[in-house]
Amino acid sequence: MTDLPGDLLYTKDHEWLRREDDGTVSIGVTDHAQSALGDLVYVELPEVGQDVESGGDMAVVESVKAASDVYSPIDGTVAAVNEALSDDPETINSDPYGEGWIVKVTPGGDIDESDLMAPDAYQSLLDEEEA
Amino acid sequence: MPFIPHTDDDTREMLDAIGAADLDALFDEIPKDLLIESLDGVPDAMSEMAITRLMRERAAQDGAPMCFIGAGAYEHHIPQAVWDIATRGEYYSAYTPYQAEASQGTLQTIYEYQTMITELTGLDVSNASLYDGASALAEAALMAVRCNRRVKNGRILLAPGVNPVYEKVASAIAGTQNIALERIDMDMQTGNALAALPEGEGPVAVAIQQPSFPGTLEDVDRLTDWAHAQGAMVIAIVNPTSLALLKGPGHWGAEGADIAIGEGQPLGVPLSSGGPYFGFMTCKQKHVRQMPGRIIGRTTDLDGEIGFALTLQAREQHIRRSKATSNICTNQGLMVTAATIYMALVGFHGLRSVATRSHQNTATLVDGLTAIDGIERLLTGPYFHEVALRLDRPVAPVLDALAERNILGGFDLSAAMPELGDALLICATETKTGADIDAYVSAMSEIFGAQSRKSA
Repeated sequence: MTDLPGDLLYTKDHEWLRREDDGTVSIGVTDHAQSALGDLVYVELPEVGQDVESGGDMAVVESVKAASDVYSPIDGTVAAVNEALSDDPETINSDPYGEGWIVKVTPGGDIDESDLMAPDAYQSLLDEEEA
Repeated sequence: MPFIPHTDDDTREMLDAIGAADLDALFDEIPKDLLIESLDGVPDAMSEMAITRLMRERAAQDGAPMCFIGAGAYEHHIPQAVWDIATRGEYYSAYTPYQAEASQGTLQTIYEYQTMITELTGLDVSNASLYDGASALAEAALMAVRCNRRVKNGRILLAPGVNPVYEKVASAIAGTQNIALERIDMDMQTGNALAALPEGEGPVAVAIQQPSFPGTLEDVDRLTDWAHAQGAMVIAIVNPTSLALLKGPGHWGAEGADIAIGEGQPLGVPLSSGGPYFGFMTCKQKHVRQMPGRIIGRTTDLDGEIGFALTLQAREQHIRRSKATSNICTNQGLMVTAATIYMALVGFHGLRSVATRSHQNTATLVDGLTAIDGIERLLTGPYFHEVALRLDRPVAPVLDALAERNILGGFDLSAAMPELGDALLICATETKTGADIDAYVSAMSEIFGAQSRKSA
């Protein structure tokens, strides 16, 4: 059983989104994703101000056994990146939904939520993948 | 590694286990329209007997001339022990083994190689080698684009002394990925970059060759600082032998070059009519995750013993597939083994003797040849072991006449760098004796006509 905060939206690529009060959207990888990757050793972050598009790669998380792209779930512009991850990438392992956030994106318009999942739908996806 | 045989029954059993009808079925996923039956210009297969005879005949055509050609590949003395050791069964493979538990000796050899190359270039980390110097420039250009993401124009500027063959190869590989290679204008007196450097939006990287292709020494500190001031990275292209005398790229300018590459052939690899050679690549620590190729690291095992293993593999294609740092991601294991043994045998002082003697021999040859009326130095300034000469006549017939006297007199620059005119690039390494150099100067005097000799 994996931890799924109720206030987040999830993607099929095992990322999470949180709408922040300042209008940006925080993005990270889920507890399931960090667990599957194992101990993270490196995070490649995008540049602040860089445009991202839904489905395009935005960051890379690398563990001792794999490297995986982090895709942007929305169109927009990178507002902030979590520089602390450069020195402590394992924060993603210890606190994936909090201090382990990766990027904040300013949405380019209304967010298309059709491909995003509520916690229960994401849990169903995890159950299917395990089955 | 042990040889593990399998019988037809073993093969059948394995195919049945995965549900494949035959071996060809393993390749079914390749679209039929991508399969080609034959390659244009590649002849049909020959028998071992026929190919051995053909290769002997071709090798004999080379003869045993006195070689004064450099231009990217150099004749150096190779101690007998180098290839005696490199061809031992334990080393005699071109392949880098993945399995650390079965390959400690090979992995340690590559680790020692990486250490030596980083010391020579003055940079932090080395990979386990690339195919050759030219493809290493292509990999360095691609790497610079990945590292320097702030610059999005895809431009790589080349100092005027970059080997034109390297430019061709790098353009062929990187040119399809929206990367454009452009030349900085040459100062026709010095052969180096013009005093006034290009202005405007900075490129992704500037590639600087030292010594330059026509043999001059570029002002690498100036170019490096200029490139960094524009937000560009610096790719150094260097001759490893020269680094026993010249400043390593890691010490160029205020911050040092970011990536250094070059042709490793001078380090114990024979000319062999053009290959196989190997490319080397080193970089600053902060760029290591964008460096292509294998990297061997030193570690400790569970018992606390020192061991060696492939490291930072998440960059590589067996993990990152199409997003790997390179999909031409092998090394030249056997050549690197020879180079490691060569460097270990000659040591730093030996390498410096090789470099110093090569410089002295070239200086003696230049003095002799430029005493002939009709031959003068083309470019001013200091040099390492190659010098461009201006002839008062086309170069090709002169080289033919020298070849008739069993002398390979140098590299004709007029095709590779036509802006230099009738120019001949000569090189006399430590392998040449005073008598060899005298023989060349005498032959050249005859060709130019004894009566045209400058009166001293």
